[in-house]
Amino acid sequence: MSTLAITDLHASVTTDGGPREILRGVSLTVEAGSTHAVMGPNGSGKSTLAYVIAGHPKYEVTAGSVTLDGADVLSMSVDERARAGLFLAMQYPVEVPGVSVSNFLRTSATSIRGEAPKLRTWIKEVKEAMGDLQMDPAFAERNVNEGFSGGEKKRHEILQMSLLKPRIAILDETDSGLDVDALRIVSEGVNTFREQTGAGVLLITHYTRILRYIAPDVVHVFVDGRIVESGGPELADVLESEGYERFVTAPA
Amino acid sequence: MTTLTAPPLDLAPRLASADIEDFVVPTGREEEWRFVPMADVAAFMHPDADAGTLMAEPGPHVAIVDAAAADRTAWLPTDRPSAIARAGVASVIQVRVGADESVPEPIVVRLTGPTARTYGHVDVRVGAHARATVVLVHDAGVDASGSIVVEVGAGADLTMLSVIDGPPENVHLWQWHADVGRDARFTGAVITIGGRVVRIMPSVSYSAPGGTAELLGAFLADGPQFLEHRIFVEHDQPHCSSRVVYKGALSGHGAHTVWIGDVLVRREAVGIDTYELNRNLLLDDGPRADSVPNLELETGDVVSAGHASATGRFDDEQLFYLQSRGIPEQLARQLVVRGFFVDVLARIGSEHWRHEILERISSRLGMSDDHADLLRDVEGTDP
Ligand SMILES: Nc1ncnc2c1ncn2[C@@H]1O[C@H](COP(=O)(O)OP(=O)(O)OP(=O)(O)O)[C@@H](O)[C@H]1O
Ligand SMILES: [Mg+2]
Repeated sequence: MSTLAITDLHASVTTDGGPREILRGVSLTVEAGSTHAVMGPNGSGKSTLAYVIAGHPKYEVTAGSVTLDGADVLSMSVDERARAGLFLAMQYPVEVPGVSVSNFLRTSATSIRGEAPKLRTWIKEVKEAMGDLQMDPAFAERNVNEGFSGGEKKRHEILQMSLLKPRIAILDETDSGLDVDALRIVSEGVNTFREQTGAGVLLITHYTRILRYIAPDVVHVFVDGRIVESGGPELADVLESEGYERFVTAPA
Repeated sequence: MTTLTAPPLDLAPRLASADIEDFVVPTGREEEWRFVPMADVAAFMHPDADAGTLMAEPGPHVAIVDAAAADRTAWLPTDRPSAIARAGVASVIQVRVGADESVPEPIVVRLTGPTARTYGHVDVRVGAHARATVVLVHDAGVDASGSIVVEVGAGADLTMLSVIDGPPENVHLWQWHADVGRDARFTGAVITIGGRVVRIMPSVSYSAPGGTAELLGAFLADGPQFLEHRIFVEHDQPHCSSRVVYKGALSGHGAHTVWIGDVLVRREAVGIDTYELNRNLLLDDGPRADSVPNLELETGDVVSAGHASATGRFDDEQLFYLQSRGIPEQLARQLVVRGFFVDVLARIGSEHWRHEILERISSRLGMSDDHADLLRDVEGTDP
């Protein structure tokens, strides 16, 4: 049973006008098998939280801790975190010119698994995973995210998650940019992954529509760099109908 | 990073001569020498009786011929070191592919040098409708100056690959010239990885209409290497095309690359199309890349003519993305740099040499054996 524990996490970004604190004391525990939804206004720091957990060099952690099964995540390099079992499906996946999806997937699977998957079974594995997400096999020969539409990028993120089988997956607005059919297909992909691996999921979103497919156990309201309220799935509906105003104007 | 405005191309025919004294000793202030660390190339500015001649293993298509007996009238040097080398060589390396002959395997010419300073002359002739790939490997560990003269017969298809590698203290000064026949195709690729001061001057002209020339380059400069690629394409025949794509990756303080792309379209060269591109990738803040595309049109009656040049910093977001998928940083860097060169290398027909070049690039970038094995597996290049 894996546990991602975030305790009183503070992080800043360096701007031209000096450091700016974006995370102001985030505490959150995601256990294997559970799904947490994080909802909050634009610019509140949700992606920053995801990036800080993944180890993006742009952010500096100034206080607090992040552990995965007790191991100090913050002292690990970005790739070590991934090998330890963390995965971030990014809001804006990065294009890597000249690197084919197929080479990329095999390189990362080899790095994460510690040995090269047998070619035969690997090809089958990739084919099936792409089939489940209704991705055209031709994507394998294209360069990573290059010229992908918004929705194609998101499917590609979920494809990686299915193949890399992390213990804790953070999905940053995986639903945005997806049409109704794609949303259903991608959600099914996430659900299959949850069932098969028992992984914990932290799902960042603005909309309840994805939560109708992927049922969260807990919903957190994220405002101004911290979690201001947590509740059951019904909290999501309240947020969608009433917005964040109540939380934004509440005294800190 | 600098993009300089080139002075207008000198439209007069360039001085070409076999007589050394027709070329004054350059001071370094001349347009064509202004970037070069002159002290490092000084030894090649005066004839050296002790300089040896570059040799190669003779083979079915390769012969070593006494310089006095070789017909070398096809092309004349256009600078002093080249004229000196031409006068100084004892023999010429001839590569010959007969008309209609199709050579399936690359013809590999591995240059070897008898002395620390050498002169070389390579003469390549491919007959009408022949097909071949010629690979010149410059990694003998000697300083060299010379010329490579290529004639591509009507309807022929020649790929020439020059791999400049070897120790990081060598000087390599080469003039390349290819004359492209009627409806012929010439692909000339220069891969510059080794050496300390490298100056390669590929030039192309067309002897009849319908020819296609593709000049490709991939270079990797590390401090304190100086690598200059000075290209000259002269369109003086109608309905020909030229495409120039050079890519460089630079790292380290003192690394300096220069790319000059001169394309001259003469009045009679109607209906041509030409495009040239140089892209440089700076892996850190140390290096300097100069890039000067220069397109001169004497006729407006062309199909298309364009150029582009861009120098950019290594994208840390790409590194983060790859690392976030478990790929170690060193390997992720390798992938990004290899990816940068992929489109140039993809145009080199020989699969074997494409991988050979990737391996040389990776080993220059300091790839560990584990990572090399992993990439061999991933790219399916296991024997
Ligand atoms: N490099 C940076 N320089 C300056 N400000 C930054 C930088 N990176 C993030 N920020 C700021 O930090 C704040 C939080 O950004 P973040 O992307 O985490 O928000 P978010 O909650 O994910 O928003 P959205 O819902 O729009 O995706 C924003 O105000 C953003 O402008
Ligand atoms: Mg965001």
